[in-house]
Amino acid sequence: MSSGNGTPRDDLKIIGRPRRRVDGRAKVTGQTLFADDLVLPRMLHCKLLRSSLPHARILQIDVSRALAHPGVHLVLTGGDFPIPYGILPVSEDETALCTDVVRFVGDPVAAVVARDEFTAAEAVDLIEVEYETLLTIATPEEALATPEPRIHEHSEKGNIHKLVSLSFGDVDQALKDSYRVFDDTFFYQGSTHLAIEQHATLAAMDPDGKLTVWSSTQTPHYLHRALAKVLETPAAHIRVIACPNGGGFGGKSDPFNHEIVVAGAARILDRPVKICLTREEVFYCHRGRHPVQMSFRTGVDREGNITGMHVRTFLDGGAYGSYGVASTFYTGALQTVTYHVPRYRFQGCRVFTNKPPCGPKRGHGTPQPRFGQEVQLDKIAEALDQDPADLRLRIVEKPDTITANYMTVSTIGLAECIRRVVKRSDWRRKFRQLPEGHGLGLACSSYLSGAGLPIYWNRMPHTGVQLKLDRSGGVTVFCGAIEIGQGSDDVLVACVAEVLGIQPFDIRAVTGDTDLTPVDLGSYSSRVTLMMGNAAIQAAERAREILASAVAAHLKVPRSRLVFADNTVLDSADPDTSVSFQEAVCLAEAASGTVGTVGSYTPPRSAARYKGGGVGPTPTYSYTASVVEVRVDPETGWIDVPRVWIAHDIGRALNPTLVRGQVEGDVYMAVGEALMEEQTFRRLPSRLSPALVHKFPSMLEYKSPTSHDMPEVITDLVEDPDPAGPFGAKEVGQGPLLPVMPAVANAVYDAVGVRVDEIPITPEKILKGLELKRAGRSPRVGPGPFPDIDWPEPLEVPPPWEGGDGKAETPKDVPR
Amino acid sequence: MKNAHMTLTINGEETEVSFAPYKTLLEVLREDLRLTGTKHGCELGECGACAVLLDGKPVLSCLVLGLECDGREVLTVEGLAEDGRLHPLQETFADMGAAQCGYCTPAILVTARELLDRIPNPSREQVREALSGILCRCTGYHQIFEAVEAAMTCTPLPAAGRARDEPLETEA
Ligand code: FES
Ligand code: FES
Repeated sequence: MSSGNGTPRDDLKIIGRPRRRVDGRAKVTGQTLFADDLVLPRMLHCKLLRSSLPHARILQIDVSRALAHPGVHLVLTGGDFPIPYGILPVSEDETALCTDVVRFVGDPVAAVVARDEFTAAEAVDLIEVEYETLLTIATPEEALATPEPRIHEHSEKGNIHKLVSLSFGDVDQALKDSYRVFDDTFFYQGSTHLAIEQHATLAAMDPDGKLTVWSSTQTPHYLHRALAKVLETPAAHIRVIACPNGGGFGGKSDPFNHEIVVAGAARILDRPVKICLTREEVFYCHRGRHPVQMSFRTGVDREGNITGMHVRTFLDGGAYGSYGVASTFYTGALQTVTYHVPRYRFQGCRVFTNKPPCGPKRGHGTPQPRFGQEVQLDKIAEALDQDPADLRLRIVEKPDTITANYMTVSTIGLAECIRRVVKRSDWRRKFRQLPEGHGLGLACSSYLSGAGLPIYWNRMPHTGVQLKLDRSGGVTVFCGAIEIGQGSDDVLVACVAEVLGIQPFDIRAVTGDTDLTPVDLGSYSSRVTLMMGNAAIQAAERAREILASAVAAHLKVPRSRLVFADNTVLDSADPDTSVSFQEAVCLAEAASGTVGTVGSYTPPRSAARYKGGGVGPTPTYSYTASVVEVRVDPETGWIDVPRVWIAHDIGRALNPTLVRGQVEGDVYMAVGEALMEEQTFRRLPSRLSPALVHKFPSMLEYKSPTSHDMPEVITDLVEDPDPAGPFGAKEVGQGPLLPVMPAVANAVYDAVGVRVDEIPITPEKILKGLELKRAGRSPRVGPGPFPDIDWPEPLEVPPPWEGGDGKAETPKDVPR
Repeated sequence: MKNAHMTLTINGEETEVSFAPYKTLLEVLREDLRLTGTKHGCELGECGACAVLLDGKPVLSCLVLGLECDGREVLTVEGLAEDGRLHPLQETFADMGAAQCGYCTPAILVTARELLDRIPNPSREQVREALSGILCRCTGYHQIFEAVEAAMTCTPLPAAGRARDEPLETEA
């Protein structure tokens, strides 16, 4: 693909220049229509009755009083939607309304559709449910110790949802032969997305009698599939329109029960039905960061080269599968792509508990182990008396490498990222040399530019783009991708505008509509820029070819001499010989008929051929390094983060204004996670209620950073175009979040000599560490030993340098 | 429940509205007047997304009863542009990345406008303080701060002049 060939190009007119995003005007005038902004004539409103018990069998539901309530049109219960669904085919364990068992406080049990929200809420209170309580499984330890009652029958054993055990080479031997072996445990608390927009969905039958669903979803394609399945309706008769999301961060990536409920209700009533969740409901829908306990056992040689690594993770999955199987694999997939790890073993375990399901939040499953790995490296550097930046620079993975677990590293700008943050932060003069209470910490990370495999197995493209050009000179670009704030529409339009030599304003983007746009898998795994961008370039290049043929014939110049720029098509040898872009389209229409093209993108085949190797591969990894400055008050433990330096290997910044916004948004969210955000639960006093409830399902009490808490961010972009990316671009939406949490922990150690091996790092924990230090004990605050888990025999996959071919050793190999 | 009636000035226009008396100003704006530019993230006074100007002062419209607004003046994001021109804040926000998902943007814009009306040349601290009641989950705030500051010196172009998405002079 000529436009994506990765050579630096100064001729780019739109790509790489700071520019108003194409949807900027709509957003600043309040005209962007989010799902809850939509209103249709005869529209009804839906409210859900949610379980007040964490684990119980439904014995009986009496909806008669609710149905009789004036203004109520419909009451639905589990029996109305018996077919299960779920984002991953391996764990389709949800129903739109609970059919027999409720599994967490907040699980929906019944739905009321009424003339307005107020009436629906009144009627919800009139529904009577008789439950038989079941034992509540509140913590992951309880889940391990309590195989019965099982929260789900599909779990691997008892309440263990998923066990993973993968081994790449003889790690035990490698550790035995090591100069030193470091053993550490870490804990990373759960947190939630907290998108400011609450989830909302509107469903209606269109005039032809087909179903249309507008929703705040990041994944209209997967919602489309779930609706077709549960409603037993051909997908071709359902239209899903993803409204721009008021923030997603992974929280709108599952097909949700409320979406299915209003779709079903609209079909039954033949009237539009809308639902908008309350903030409290959003906290209970969750699908956010898994709480993860971790163990890192890492061997090094005298220079600090890693000899082998054994990572174990233990995830509290909450009550449903969601993306959990993928999340589990992700906690072990990317340890090998930053630094060279010759032998690697990963064991992961996800359990079910009676809490809102966990799933993907920005960084999906990778921030937790990244925290452990980078804090441990800081300890290793100190033990070996090395500067942590130098240690990392020495062990950075090489470009064009297949790692021990068969992840393909192509371009890697990590060393340059490290050098830049070291320089910009004045690291050499400050690290370990600042006064007590002041500290600097460094950490690195990597992230996918899109998952290499789709969520359900198929051989079709991951994204498609269609272009329509006509005699007006206007271009319409169609793609199923979804604008969630990241600038997806802007990337789409910019790629097309660049190739065709026209202005973004000349292009209309039609996106996220399953009736009108080719399939795109969704806004997750940082896949949109790379995949959609490549498809858009392909479609635009094909259109340029059609136009070029017609123009070449008309101007009587060779096609190869034509240049598309500034809304004209001109002869590069004689710039006065030209036609306008509009004339070019007219010529093409006259010559060969209506002009339309398509483009698509499918990631390259991964080198990982073993079972579980589908999670982690990507067309290209982004890399990030960060230095964080902290100030810690030794009296109160109060921690301030005044400054964060970030260098990000982005390949190429397509619109630097938006890229900067992604980096700073990443840092913002990372600071929230590092210092304050916790999605945690508590049991009510048992004499009052058996409930297990969210500690603070409100935006006031769930602390997140305000405008006062945001540190200064000094961003450096490392732009070395990647051959796989559109115009060389890699992802930026998630990667720069990852190094910040461990860098904060490392900076706290630099400031006051306290190791907080867990997230969040709160003043209480720092004070506790300082007390330990004063008492002459190890100033470490963090989890105890990693729990005992009965791991299965690991799947043995020899690394490439030990004769492996990406497959597991027989007999456990599973063909793909 | 019988509807209440009132007359108030919304975005400079005298407006009559009939609404269920329990409704908040947020609901009256969004549901009864179809001014959906004003957003909500909690409806409990916690997120700030519903801010509007009431008699020129920022309020959380989810905490104000509709009934309290009889005869008063409300400014929402829909009223920021004047004479076919976007307000300088709207120009700088669009240009400088201050609106990502755009969900907090209407509240931040009207709040920033009140700040600039009151203090034409605010310091960074004053900007932070003025916006501290509105959560933005996307931007990390810096591009918002910069867009507010840039608006102090920005002269908006007429709408037609913006057709090609030229960057403003203020673009860094
Ligand atoms: S909607 Fe959140 S403060 Fe009003
Ligand atoms: S731009 Fe998304 S919440 Fe502020």
